[in-house]
Amino acid sequence: MDLMRFFKSKPKTSSVAKERLQLILAHERIGRNANGTEIPDFLPQLQKDLIAVLSKYVKISAEDVKINVERQDNLDLLEVKIEINR
Amino acid sequence: MTRIVVVTSGKGGVGKTTTSASFASGLAMRGHKTAVIDFDVGLRNLDLIMGVERRVVYDLINVVQQEAKLSQALIRDKQLENLYILAASQTRDKEALTQDGVERVLAELKAMEFAYIVCDSPAGIETGAMMAMHFADEAIVVTNPEVSSVRDSDRILGMLSSKTRRAIEGKEPVKEHLLITRYNPNRVEGGQMLSLDDINEILRTPLIGVIPESEVVLEASNQGLAAIRMKGADVSEAYSDMIGRFLGESIPMRFTDAPKKGFFKRIFGGAR
Repeated sequence: MDLMRFFKSKPKTSSVAKERLQLILAHERIGRNANGTEIPDFLPQLQKDLIAVLSKYVKISAEDVKINVERQDNLDLLEVKIEINR
Repeated sequence: MTRIVVVTSGKGGVGKTTTSASFASGLAMRGHKTAVIDFDVGLRNLDLIMGVERRVVYDLINVVQQEAKLSQALIRDKQLENLYILAASQTRDKEALTQDGVERVLAELKAMEFAYIVCDSPAGIETGAMMAMHFADEAIVVTNPEVSSVRDSDRILGMLSSKTRRAIEGKEPVKEHLLITRYNPNRVEGGQMLSLDDINEILRTPLIGVIPESEVVLEASNQGLAAIRMKGADVSEAYSDMIGRFLGESIPMRFTDAPKKGFFKRIFGGAR
């Protein structure tokens, strides 16, 4: 049994755990700001507004604007990613 | 100056009560007058873990509702003269635990010149847990190297920085410490368990200690002894180190690396 274990390496599930946690916590932290208080969930509205403004100038659809808030030590990082088709 | 320390986690079964018992005992062993309060109304267990279950006459709710004096409800430890235990109620409704009532009990303990008041939080995020953390100056967040525990700890860290009195009144925030319990370095090395660094990176909270997974914890609770009282055991040493760090000493982490196994042992196994 131990001989088998020596040759067969077990899958590293801890890295899967870490990745899953980082993803879900990044998502759950969106609902809280840096000091932990709940922030209004304005992200969907912000996304809509951004699309409305941008579409005055370029051809853009809802999937092209991605918004994310990340909690850092003592500030929130608002990340807006806009893809424009050439 | 009395410091109020909450031991919390969100998730159940991660070692809050074990930690509260050992942390409070350790502070008392170092000569600090310490009270430990069980906030788990309806499911009290700290008394059993600390071996005082047969001495409980009055509990926290009796004192909150002014049916008993605090001095009647405080149980003095038989071995550690600086240690006092306040049990939770076994039967009462959780709603009996009011914020004003808890504040009054804490104020009275302060007046009795306790150096530390340790609040053993129940699992979850209901009244008992919120009351245990509300007046805290510092928090020990107990986390197991396991996804659900880490997630719940993150949630609790959010509450500590928003729902506590310090947060509401805009005072200096509750000082947070992360305590990792049930750590198994062998499994970490094998890639089957989240490592210290992984958890630290995710929760971004200063690490105050790592308690190794150990059979001694069960043996200690069987006898009603705080794990820190099990002389010579890794768990006991790890808790002592953690208390040293809490009191400002700089002590390197121990019990975080897997013992090196020789080639033959790896092939043929052997006692771990």
